[in-house]
Amino acid sequence: MSVRERVGPLLDRLRGGRVAAVDSGYAALAMLVAVALVAPLAWLVVDVTGLGGRALELTISSRTLAVLGRSVALVAVVTAASIAVGVPLAVLTVQASIPYRRFWTVLCALPLAVPSYLGAFAALSAFGPDGPLSTALGLPLPAVEGFAGAALILTLYTYPYVFLTTRASLLSLDASLVEAARTLNCGRLTAFRRVTLPQILPGIAAGALLVALYALADFGTPNFMNVEVFTQFIYSRYQGLMRDYAALLSLQLLAVTGVVLFAESRIGADDSGAYASRGNRGAAELRLGLWRYPALALPALVAVLALVLPIGIFAMWLVRGGPGYEFAQLSFSWSYGWNSIYVSALAALASVLVALPIALRSASEDSRLADLTARVPYVGYATPGIVLAIALLGFSLDVVPPLYKTLPLLVFAYVVRFMPQAVGSVRTSAMQVDRRLIEAARTLGRSRTGAFRAVTLPLIAPGVVTGAALVFLTTMKELPATLLLRPIGFDTLVVYIWRVEEAGLYGQAAIPALVLVVVSGLSMAVLLAQEDN
Amino acid sequence: MIEQTTKPPVERRTDSPTERGDPVLELDGVTRSFGPETAVDDLSLSVYEGELLTLLGPSGCGKTTTLRLLAGLDRPDAGTIRLGQGTVSGPDRFVPPDDRDVGLVFQSFALFPHLSVGENVAFGIQEWADDEVDRRVEQLLDLVDLADYRDHSPDDLSGGQRQRVALARSLAPEPEVLLLDEPFSNLDVSLRVEMREEVRRILKEAGVTAVSVTHDQEEALSISDRVAVISDGSVEQVARPEVVFEQPESRFVAEFLGQAGFVSGRLAAGAVETDLGTLPADVIEGLGPEYDGARIDVMVRPDDLVAIPDDDDPNGRIRNRQYTGPSFVYEVELDGGDVVYCEHNHADNLDLDQRVRVDLRVDHPLAWFPAR
Repeated sequence: MSVRERVGPLLDRLRGGRVAAVDSGYAALAMLVAVALVAPLAWLVVDVTGLGGRALELTISSRTLAVLGRSVALVAVVTAASIAVGVPLAVLTVQASIPYRRFWTVLCALPLAVPSYLGAFAALSAFGPDGPLSTALGLPLPAVEGFAGAALILTLYTYPYVFLTTRASLLSLDASLVEAARTLNCGRLTAFRRVTLPQILPGIAAGALLVALYALADFGTPNFMNVEVFTQFIYSRYQGLMRDYAALLSLQLLAVTGVVLFAESRIGADDSGAYASRGNRGAAELRLGLWRYPALALPALVAVLALVLPIGIFAMWLVRGGPGYEFAQLSFSWSYGWNSIYVSALAALASVLVALPIALRSASEDSRLADLTARVPYVGYATPGIVLAIALLGFSLDVVPPLYKTLPLLVFAYVVRFMPQAVGSVRTSAMQVDRRLIEAARTLGRSRTGAFRAVTLPLIAPGVVTGAALVFLTTMKELPATLLLRPIGFDTLVVYIWRVEEAGLYGQAAIPALVLVVVSGLSMAVLLAQEDN
Repeated sequence: MIEQTTKPPVERRTDSPTERGDPVLELDGVTRSFGPETAVDDLSLSVYEGELLTLLGPSGCGKTTTLRLLAGLDRPDAGTIRLGQGTVSGPDRFVPPDDRDVGLVFQSFALFPHLSVGENVAFGIQEWADDEVDRRVEQLLDLVDLADYRDHSPDDLSGGQRQRVALARSLAPEPEVLLLDEPFSNLDVSLRVEMREEVRRILKEAGVTAVSVTHDQEEALSISDRVAVISDGSVEQVARPEVVFEQPESRFVAEFLGQAGFVSGRLAAGAVETDLGTLPADVIEGLGPEYDGARIDVMVRPDDLVAIPDDDDPNGRIRNRQYTGPSFVYEVELDGGDVVYCEHNHADNLDLDQRVRVDLRVDHPLAWFPAR
């Protein structure tokens, strides 16, 4: 097939006919999605104008600046600590001859799937001089709380971003380069510094920026640890009925997020080759000799802190239970679980329905419009959940009051935040459907829709199911939007954990917390299975 | 020296449509452009009941586009396509592929990976009654010799088997015309010759009218009832394979099919003086006295010529040679400057720069073109 025969259908679309109708229908849908995404966020500006001249005053008030400073400091500490943990672990699992390498690799990546607020909740509930852990062990343990506590917890659950991107860079590294440096009289450390490090730097940076984004947007940990950063402060202003101020802070958080995203996009453009595997894959062996056993202490320690400890604590609560919760009307009910499942299923279904046309279109051609529509949803993905929640609350209250704190609004928030996951997996599977299969079905007497049903749909079904599963599982774990947008009296698993923590009564949270750990593990498994295909 | 063999020239059948009845498929002035490029340019062609016609041309000549236009996967900018009794594509009419009585065998076969072999074959006849579908699938799998593979997945099949499934699938709805897009290009070279015969057998047994597309001249000449040579989006010549090969109507056809050498000369007094000697006008097809005085190029194929080492009375020099296994093809520069090709048995090994005498040995009339 010549080039012009291939570009033909594309050029054809630019010209009239029936296709144009499909095109404009699609453009309308694209616009609708874009507007639906941007309008609520834009409403933050309207909310802020309610503050009038006070907006500027509040922006530069010492309180606000302190929050900004603390947020930046937390992000910086967590990012630096994640690099300090993630890079050595990556080098260890890629280059060192450690036993059970695959096991350690999965173990090091696993904390990524667990929402950090679960870790924060566990640490908060068990540590401290009077905490149950101290009692059980018979020695006083310090409390994990405040800025240091939040930094520790966030690092434990976000370092895998650095670990994974660094690993990818190391795996794609041409081992002969290091060998060349060694023959040019560089010592092992010099070779690492002068050859390996410059090459994996883009990978480290990419991971570090993901960590920064997560730390900036995380809602649960700072709230549990009581650290006045943006997400915590926004929530407390909202609780204090200062909606305008919350909106103003949300805009600021959005701006800071934008800066990090911009930095990320620049790095992404530079390291196009960093993840690609080239020829001689990471064969450079780091010979540790007997040191390889003590070296395993690092991943073991991280795994104990991030995985074993919280699960152990939840298990302990499960066994011991705790008295007095009935009194606080906080006894666990399985209806919370059903609510979680119900709302997550709705979110998954709605996300797939919106994602399908976007993904199919962007997979079938590379027009600018299709490309743009596939990207616009990622705005929602990158927006911190608390910002989206504040924006939607203001928007619904002022524009569509009947939707205020209703299930449709909550599901809409989930769709905005998580639909890109569905777009991604549907798009990947749709790209693998050969256009000729559709044409074959057409010449065998099937109409457009008939061919879609008989050929496209069965072939992309696995991608659709994966996308729905990812949205379902992430929705189960979502905290800020659920907390703020849920209808009154509609409690889910995460909301229950939140309320238990607020009341300072931890014991009853064992079941929901363990359920969420399992959900986290499942979402990781889905992601891994998707990558294997 | 001309050696006219004793065999009389083969009686040639004319290709007049009247012998074939009405065409099943007719293209009339079909044009299709992509941006500034015209892929199909005012192409007209008729395909008759039961024949296998091959569109042959270099890549990018518009043959695949033509096929897509016929299938309804693409719409022409101008011209009409008639199928059976009705117009399927015209200035104000366009029948979508699913409503056309046309089957298409894809270059990549495009078997549905989520369906079994049997389900693939049944795909186009789902609206038939169940037992009829069953019978039809069985009948077709028998035809393509894959009766045991009905429940297999297409993934389990070899290239040749996949192609036969693709054929069976497109034959199932009994299309008026079957289209084949480069049907053998996805097969191993060793399999191609075998599959050519197999596909021709299947098509003939099914009695279907077929249009195939290829850039492989050997394939086109060996499987087709007629060959249409396409260049730059239009038909250069349509005729039976041996006619296009021996009596090309244009230099393009002559040079595209096989190796062609040309010797030039002027027709005078019923003969043409060339580098190969004097050729009487009656060994040259259709060169009547009305062309007297014209400068012409006479086409000579490698198998029409022999080159014998000769230092006494040579008329050329071996400039180059190609070894193809069964034979050598020598490129000879004649003393007058014309270049011709001579095909020899692989045992005849001549050296480069050898002085040779080239003689013409033909049992058929030669084709000619006005001199350039």
